[in-house]
Amino acid sequence: MRAGIRSCCTGAIMSDVVASDRLKHTPLYQMHLDLGARMVPFAGYEMPVQYPNGILKEHLHVRAAAGLFDVSHMGQFEIRSRNGDSEGVARALESVVPMDIVGLASGRQRYALLTNEHGGIRDDLMIARLEDRFLIVANAACKDADEVYLREAMSHACTIERIEDRALVALQGPGAEAALAELAPDVRSMRFMDFRTTDVMNVACFVSRSGYTGEDGFEISLPASHAEAVARELLKNTNVAMIGLGARDSLRLEAGLCLYGSDLDTTTTPVEAALEWSIQKARRTGGSREGNFPGAQTILHHLVSGVPRRRVGLRPEGRAPIRHGAKLFSDQDVADAIGVVTSGGFGPSVNAPVAMGYVTSAGDVAGGTIYADLRGTRVPLRLSALPFISTTYKR
Amino acid sequence: MLKFTQDHEWLLVDGDAATIGITQHAQEQLGDLVFVELPKPGRSVDAGAAAAVVESVKAASDVYAPIAGEIVEINQAVVDEPSLVNLDPMGKGWLFKMKIADRSQVEALMDEQAYRTLVDSAAST
Repeated sequence: MRAGIRSCCTGAIMSDVVASDRLKHTPLYQMHLDLGARMVPFAGYEMPVQYPNGILKEHLHVRAAAGLFDVSHMGQFEIRSRNGDSEGVARALESVVPMDIVGLASGRQRYALLTNEHGGIRDDLMIARLEDRFLIVANAACKDADEVYLREAMSHACTIERIEDRALVALQGPGAEAALAELAPDVRSMRFMDFRTTDVMNVACFVSRSGYTGEDGFEISLPASHAEAVARELLKNTNVAMIGLGARDSLRLEAGLCLYGSDLDTTTTPVEAALEWSIQKARRTGGSREGNFPGAQTILHHLVSGVPRRRVGLRPEGRAPIRHGAKLFSDQDVADAIGVVTSGGFGPSVNAPVAMGYVTSAGDVAGGTIYADLRGTRVPLRLSALPFISTTYKR
Repeated sequence: MLKFTQDHEWLLVDGDAATIGITQHAQEQLGDLVFVELPKPGRSVDAGAAAAVVESVKAASDVYAPIAGEIVEINQAVVDEPSLVNLDPMGKGWLFKMKIADRSQVEALMDEQAYRTLVDSAAST
């Protein structure tokens, strides 16, 4: 699916690191070791893939209670106007993403895609707005390239600051609100995709009501020096458990959420990726600020005329997981593939294998069943709606 | 007689048959198993050939036949409940049984002491 075009990001959960490179540590590194985490290299960091309970239990715990994730490896940026003109910054941001940023209210956050001139995706981001600045969270493996790109594209209109002294944690699950409210009562009033500054244990933090699990929850940006204290305080709540990157991946897959580097890359366009919902009306053909983002011609065409291939959900029949890279076919015997799996694994909450992939849009998929090549055998999978579980966002 | 391989399989000899599974160390490294694919009884395998697949949430791993021989029985219990391999890898979590084609291949495998040394030295690197 990546067709030899070099992607800036690897979605692989275990990325190769040259032995001589030193891996970076997040502010919670020592805490992970204290809690018995199994550490693996990921995007240049040593990160916890799981804790002693294991991935299955961690995954189920998030959906039943509350899970705490260290995602400090991700990139955090603050974008400010050079002259107090917030609208100018919003317009600058609109020059790099097909999203409505001018219309994004202060105290709100939006999912965004950095596009390239072919309409492909450089990275997927969260962009949040406060009165005097925008905050961006980027994927860890892309943050260096994103910084270079944003500076090239926007320095004339705003200052771009890479935030290196803040940790980022996510608290997710039906118990997240109660757990965080013990430290910051006002989070109870937040709705999905609200964003605010609030005190947590007398420390100013940015809090959004959002996440990457399909559950209600919060993402918290806080000073690195206070990260461990806040994390340990949250963990005193017996409902809260530390969760690693392994379960983070199975949770987001069940929620039908894309992983950059696996489901999204520079060759996938937003409509192909079934992310057209993130392109607000104002930026579409006929909208007040139509186009004027990289790849607009292709993307606006896709919005109107459809796409040659599309991201879909897949439910393998049987128990065998079908994983990233498996080719997809319309039938058991045909030679030509109609697509490929881009994310796949076992869904602990679904208690079955689940996958996502791209398939050609033509009606090759009679009856909703296609076939994957698994170790030389063709295995049937059913096309499935996404997400695989019911999401519980507090809208 | 209990023998081990570099790839963390164990082999227990019982007459002219051998039971094969993965070790405690292997199941710890793999994490929670969600799927096990076993060979068909009647299939002949070479020593070192991939005979079975065990899958965790994150990845699929091959299990290799420690010796050459014919698969005579598989453990349906682990197909039905892969977590059995995590719970009791050396006992109820056995994977398959095979007829030993060449006894000397069994002798050539590691004994428990040597395997423990292997695991301990890997842990300390």
